[in-house]
Amino acid sequence: MSKLKVVHYINNFFAGIGGEEKADIPPREMQGFVGPGMALDKSFGDEAEIIATVVCGDSYYAENLEKAEADLLEMIKKYDADLFISGPAFNAGRYGVACGAIAKAVEEKLGIPSVTAMYEENPGVDMFKKDLYIMTTGNSAADMRKAVKKLGAFALKLANGDEIGTPEDEGYHVRGIRTNYFHEKRGAKRAVEMMLKKVNNLPYATEYEMPDFGNVTPMPAIMDLSDKKIALVTSGGVVPTDNPDRIESSSATKYGIYDISEYDSMPADKFTTIHGGYDRTYALQDINRVVPLDVMRDLEKEGVIGELADYYIATTGTGTSVGNARGFGEEYSKKLLADGVQAVIVTST
Amino acid sequence: MVKEIERAGIPVVHIATVVPISLTVGANRIVPAIGIPYPLGNPNLEFKAEKKLRRELVEKALKALQTEVDGQTVFE
Repeated sequence: MSKLKVVHYINNFFAGIGGEEKADIPPREMQGFVGPGMALDKSFGDEAEIIATVVCGDSYYAENLEKAEADLLEMIKKYDADLFISGPAFNAGRYGVACGAIAKAVEEKLGIPSVTAMYEENPGVDMFKKDLYIMTTGNSAADMRKAVKKLGAFALKLANGDEIGTPEDEGYHVRGIRTNYFHEKRGAKRAVEMMLKKVNNLPYATEYEMPDFGNVTPMPAIMDLSDKKIALVTSGGVVPTDNPDRIESSSATKYGIYDISEYDSMPADKFTTIHGGYDRTYALQDINRVVPLDVMRDLEKEGVIGELADYYIATTGTGTSVGNARGFGEEYSKKLLADGVQAVIVTST
Repeated sequence: MVKEIERAGIPVVHIATVVPISLTVGANRIVPAIGIPYPLGNPNLEFKAEKKLRRELVEKALKALQTEVDGQTVFE
């Protein structure tokens, strides 16, 4: 069997062409392996060889994204490679982005399996992990030997079309892609085992990672509420009885803004809840249990709060996507601001 | 939604029954509610006692708005 042909991408620094002062060099090509390519080539044994190395300065790439990509693709194309590898970039930000960008372009535009490697905090990881296998590395070139070994072995699997295992087994950054496979133990058994480990404070690995929703900086406290305008918002699905906006009882795609200016308490004959995720019996008996209008009016009259907004805002929280909820919040917050609302109470069932 | 309100620059408090969800999604000021079908009530109480309970919860939420926090805080 003939050897697989590999093209390798590195930056000017790893190619031995100067340092930062040469980071503006445009793409160039060199025959065979260069710099870290030597160890990579060695790791392939008889299975593959680096036939060419393409090099570009990190600054040049970052400042000429389209041209750099087009010129590099032109160079890479003619080698008719079976595999493309970029990096490892470790924690070098511009280099990582270049490695991700060119690997993605080669895979998508030339149809050549591509892989790169970098440290988890390299911005290239977040930018390209959905498009590519990005092998994990340490944060500096001190990890070169280990990184290259792992990268080389994985690259061969990829080029040979072998089955790719989980991120943990293979050592690539989690891509957020789910794959079906047969496990020797059924789900219920695995779940119970996981739970027992958890209650015994033993290490365990979840099979369904919660996404990281990120945080937002808390607003400073409001010292005096007696002159502030407050609005109520709920995800409890409370709407006027005829549900004028046809808000869904689950997986909502919309929200509603409903006038309460003439009420001192939520009237049970004017409002209902269409939420499909909880037993509606108690809310239907007294909707103040979800939208506490009665208490808010008392506080308003007593001067504890300045004033209650003339309306409340509602959607159904159950099954509603984070994306939709974010969109609702973004949109109605503009109205709240325009209407001079200075604080909000959100109630969730 | 809570986060987007806060991001827009309006102080916000989340009265939520399932506090872990509120924490996961990222609310900063959280007041635990009573029960999923009646976050601000308790059908086992007489109306007056129930309304008092509701008022206490809302007052706790107002207190939360009046409290400086430097990260996610649950007001028990």
